[in-house]
Amino acid sequence: MQYFQQEIETMSKAEKRALQSERLVNIVKYAYENQTPYRAKMDAIKLKPSDIKSIDDIYKLPFTVKQDLRDAYPFGMMARPKSDLVHLHASSATTGKLTVAGYTQKDIDVWAECAARCLVMAGADKNSVVHVSYGYGLFTGGLGMHYAGEKLGAVVVPASAGNTQKQIQLLVDFEADIICCTPSYIIYLAEEIEKMGLKIGKDIKLKGGVFGAEAWSEGMREDIEKRLNIRACDIYGLSEIAGPGVACDCQFKTGMHFQDDHYYPEIVDVDTLEPLGYDKSGELVITTLTKEGMPLIRYRTRDIASLNDDPCPCGRTSVKLNKITGRSDDMLIIRGVNVFPSQIESVLLKNENIQPHYHINVDRVNNLDTMEIVVELSPHIALDEVAHVEEIRKKLSADMASALSVSAKITLVSPGTVARSEGKAKRITDNRKLK
Amino acid sequence: MIKQIAVFLENREGRVSECCKVLKDAGINLRSMSIADTKDFGILRIITDDNELALSALKTAGFLSSLVELVAIEVPDKSGALADLLIALYEGSVNIEYMYSFAGANGHAQIGFKTTSPEKAVALLEQCGAKLI
Repeated sequence: MQYFQQEIETMSKAEKRALQSERLVNIVKYAYENQTPYRAKMDAIKLKPSDIKSIDDIYKLPFTVKQDLRDAYPFGMMARPKSDLVHLHASSATTGKLTVAGYTQKDIDVWAECAARCLVMAGADKNSVVHVSYGYGLFTGGLGMHYAGEKLGAVVVPASAGNTQKQIQLLVDFEADIICCTPSYIIYLAEEIEKMGLKIGKDIKLKGGVFGAEAWSEGMREDIEKRLNIRACDIYGLSEIAGPGVACDCQFKTGMHFQDDHYYPEIVDVDTLEPLGYDKSGELVITTLTKEGMPLIRYRTRDIASLNDDPCPCGRTSVKLNKITGRSDDMLIIRGVNVFPSQIESVLLKNENIQPHYHINVDRVNNLDTMEIVVELSPHIALDEVAHVEEIRKKLSADMASALSVSAKITLVSPGTVARSEGKAKRITDNRKLK
Repeated sequence: MIKQIAVFLENREGRVSECCKVLKDAGINLRSMSIADTKDFGILRIITDDNELALSALKTAGFLSSLVELVAIEVPDKSGALADLLIALYEGSVNIEYMYSFAGANGHAQIGFKTTSPEKAVALLEQCGAKLI
C-alpha cells in the first residue's frame, strides 16, 4: 500500500493552493463568528474576515499563543457548544494550567485520516497489527494512533504505556508489524528485547514504526532501524492542533510530509515573527484549515524547525517539515548561551563508548549557572583503568563544549541507571527555579 | 597469568554493597579485592573462585564489568624480593599500569599486575627465577 488517500496526498501544487485558500477563507469567517477570542483579536487590528481572500493573506492574521488557550480555560476557545463535542484532550503541561482542545466527531475523523496516512508511510496496510505503546488518556498519542489504525482497517493492540515485559510478550504473540511510541521508549524496548535474547525477524516481526512526542536525532533513528531492522518514521503532532499525524516522514526521509490540506504550516523568525521562506529555521506556526471544535489561527507551536518544498520520490506533494531541532520551552539558557537538549544528544550519539540515555542537571552555584550531563557508559566496553574512564569523559567534555559553546560537567554512570521513561522523557532538572 | 574482573562503579551510596550482594547471591567467593577510586567513580578489581560465573552474574545485574588478564607471581617472604623483580621489569622497559597484592591459597603473598607487554614481563620474570602463577 503506497498511499492512504492518493488523490489528496499527490495533489498538484496549484490544486492544493486553491484548496487551502478556499478553506482558509471559510475557517477565518467561522472563527470570527464562533470564537470570541478571535473576534476580539481581529477587531483590535480592524481586520475583517472578508479581508482574507486567499492563503496568501494568511500573514495578515494575528497569532495565537499558548497563553491564549490558558486564558480561555476550559471552554472559552471552543467554537461549538459542548453538545457538539465528542472528545477533550489536554496538553501535558508541567507548569501552569492545562491547555484543552475540544474535538467534534468530524475533527476526530480528519485526525484519524491524517494519522492513518502516517501509518501507511511507516509501511502499514489493512492487514497490519498496529501495537500502540503511547499512553492512552488526555495525552493524544495513544488514542490518536488507535483511531488511525482503526481508520486504516488494521488490527489495533491498545497496549498503552508501561509494563514492558508484557508489551514484549504481546509483540511476540500478536506478531505486530507496526509500533507507535516515543523514540526513547522504542530504544528501551529494543534493549529489553536484546536482553531477553529474542530474535529480530523471528520472534519480533516489526517492519516499521512511527515515533514522536519527543525531539530525536538522525543518529537515534539509525540506531533504532539497525537494532530492530525496521523503518523508523518521525511523526509530529501536538494536542492543541491534533495529536500525532500532523506530519510524518516516509521511507525516503526527505522531511515529514505535512498534512497541509488540513493543517497549514509557516515558519516565522523567533524574535521578529516575520515569515521565513523554505529551509530557514524558526518557530513553526500552524493554522487548522478544517477544524470545527476549536480552530486555531496561526498558532505558535514553540517548536523550532524549518520547512522544505523539495520533491519527494514517494510522490507526495505536501510541504515537508524538517526534524524539530528544539523546543523554545526546552531551551535552557546557561550563562547566557541557548542550549537545546537535541544538541547534547547529537554529541552523545557520535560517541560509541556511551549510550544516548542522559539527564541534564542545571543549578546555580555562587551566581553562576552550572550544567551537569549524566550519561551512561555502553555495556559493550571494557574498563579496568581509571585513565580509560577519564579519557572518555574528557573527550565528551571537549566535544560538548565545542558543540554548545558552554562547558558542562560530564558524569559517567553504569548502563541502565538513567531513568527510562515510558511516556515523554523528562531529561532536565533545573534547580535554578527553586531559588 | 590470572584473570581479574574489573567493575565500573559510579560514586553512589551502597554501590559496592550492591555489587557484593550480586556475587553473594551467585555463591561466588572473593579471593582478592582492590579499588581504584576518584571523586566521581571507582573501578573495583576482584579475583574470585569462579570468574566466568561472577562476570555473567554482574552483567545480568547491570554492572559494567569485564574480564582482564593479569601477570601474577608469588613473592618470596623476604626483604627486597619484590623490589628486585620490579627493578628487572623496569630495566626491561615493562610498564605496569596497576598492581595489587593478595594472599595465595598456601598463605604466601602474591602480586598481580596489568601491563601492556605481558609476554615480555613473563619472560623477564622467568629469567629472574620468579614463581609465576
